[in-house]
Amino acid sequence: MEQSEQESVTGRQVPESATRQDVPLPEPAALQAREAAAQQEAWGSGEHVFDVKNTSVYYGSFRAVTDVSLAIYEHEITAFIGPSGCGKTTVLRSLNRMNDLVVGARVEGDVRYRGAPLYGKDVSPIAVRRRIGMVFQKPNPFPKSIYDNIAYGPRINGQHNKKKLDEIVERSLRQAALWDEVKDRLNKSGLGLSGGQAQRLCIARTLAVEPDVVLMDEPCSALDPIATGAIEDLMQEIKSKYTIVIVTHNMQQATRVSDRTAFYSVLVNPTSDTRTGVLVEYAPTAQLFEDPQDDRTKAYVTGRMG
Amino acid sequence: MAAVTGQQNVDLREPKGWRRTSNRIVTVLMVLAFVLVIIPLGFVLVTVVAKGISIISVTFLTSQIPPNVAPADVGGIWPAILGTLEIVGLATLMAVPLGILGAIYLNEYGGRGPLGVLIGFMSDVMTGVPSIIMGLFIFSIWVLHFGYSGFAGALALGCLMLPIVIRSTYEMLRLVPNSLREGSYALGATKARVTLTVVLPAAIGGIVSGALLAVARAAGETAPLIFTILGGLTLATNPNVFSGATTALPLLIFSNASSPYVGAQARGWGAALTLIVICFVLMIAARLVTARFARYSR
Repeated sequence: MEQSEQESVTGRQVPESATRQDVPLPEPAALQAREAAAQQEAWGSGEHVFDVKNTSVYYGSFRAVTDVSLAIYEHEITAFIGPSGCGKTTVLRSLNRMNDLVVGARVEGDVRYRGAPLYGKDVSPIAVRRRIGMVFQKPNPFPKSIYDNIAYGPRINGQHNKKKLDEIVERSLRQAALWDEVKDRLNKSGLGLSGGQAQRLCIARTLAVEPDVVLMDEPCSALDPIATGAIEDLMQEIKSKYTIVIVTHNMQQATRVSDRTAFYSVLVNPTSDTRTGVLVEYAPTAQLFEDPQDDRTKAYVTGRMG
Repeated sequence: MAAVTGQQNVDLREPKGWRRTSNRIVTVLMVLAFVLVIIPLGFVLVTVVAKGISIISVTFLTSQIPPNVAPADVGGIWPAILGTLEIVGLATLMAVPLGILGAIYLNEYGGRGPLGVLIGFMSDVMTGVPSIIMGLFIFSIWVLHFGYSGFAGALALGCLMLPIVIRSTYEMLRLVPNSLREGSYALGATKARVTLTVVLPAAIGGIVSGALLAVARAAGETAPLIFTILGGLTLATNPNVFSGATTALPLLIFSNASSPYVGAQARGWGAALTLIVICFVLMIAARLVTARFARYSR
């Protein structure tokens, strides 16, 4: 879907003066041209779930990430990698308007979800999040029974039929590869699960509302390799039905699971010592790791930095 | 097999010197502080039970209050028990829901705006207002217009409870991890939904404890009742909480304790024990209810 006009669709407009920063625009002209070319090529294939164009995110006067443009493709796993503080989580959280919950957070630019402006005037964050679910870094099961944890989402969406809920709970837990482990204790507390189980419970909880997109913010950072493997297998299994965006600190994980990878980095302004995150390179995963175009990407993926 | 290479004189004992000494001093001080705190509490309980237990009986709990000159085995304290239950119950009904809603507003909604800051500050100031002032306040705005009643007493006690409930609930809501709220928001929940179905259940144990502290505090208050229920001048049962003078346990204890008659003093001890038991039973009941609510928080 081609959008000719580059309208700024921030929910809250702010005076121009407040957005001025000391951080220079990050892209060298060459990189910009290359990115544009890559994008041109990429735009031809597959259905876009998200189109992010020239988007910056601010926390108060701090510009956390600057001028990000990328497209997320349907039924693919897209990985965001980069050093700490590079804004990858910030970008992820702006894809389902979780940043609205942070006081002072502001998104500028054009973020489109299936062609619709995500930060448009009439857009309800509630409706956005019902379609775009999120799994967090730390497993956060509710202090409720395992059953009620899964049934929570369907219930707030108006599903109260006991039989339907039973079906949803079983289906979601099976999808998350947790059913066999918990089917005999659905009425026990969700807090009694191990870390890996709790994270799969949170994934099942997200899948229970049948979202379109699942955003994952370092879902395996608190888990051991076995639990991590279970969750990676799970991602491969569900990607035929969902679109997944995952933030990870683990480059091996990105190469194992993702179809495309976006590398973010931190840009430091030497005179004012302000920092901001930038999107350095976005490409199919194999290409990004084997033939990185940018020196910063090359340094990062070969382990010489960060 | 690598043998254990001992004999290196590894000293794993507690190090000697100032660190050990200071550690022991502080430990002793802590134990001492605990004992100092527990002694008066124990004395109060033992004394009240020892002096009050002999007079407690079904007749004592259900009979009318006799004149002070009556001997110890005559009459009882029923009107005061009824008055306390009515007044404290009514005060709880008014103050606890209002206080919880106020705390939800402060923590989940407008708490960081100027209005929220003002409300939080005023509620903290209100905590420090002496209880007799609350009594005078209700006397001037309510009793002077509508006369003495149990309801006026409940208003005064409610004003005392309100800031306690707000403060304790607020602290409990703050302890609910933000990750739980985000988890709920990420499923497309509205703010009201998040608060009702995730935040409140997660904090319910602490909220109930705080409300109970407020109830226990209110149940023992004497001063605000003097101006509002005219307890000193009536000994009769008054089932109508909305009209007419009535009496309550703290007032009965106060007047009987200052009475020269042995019988009245004995009834005062009995009333004191009854009041303690009522609070105790309330605590246990609320704990049981909370345990049911919070059975999933491990």
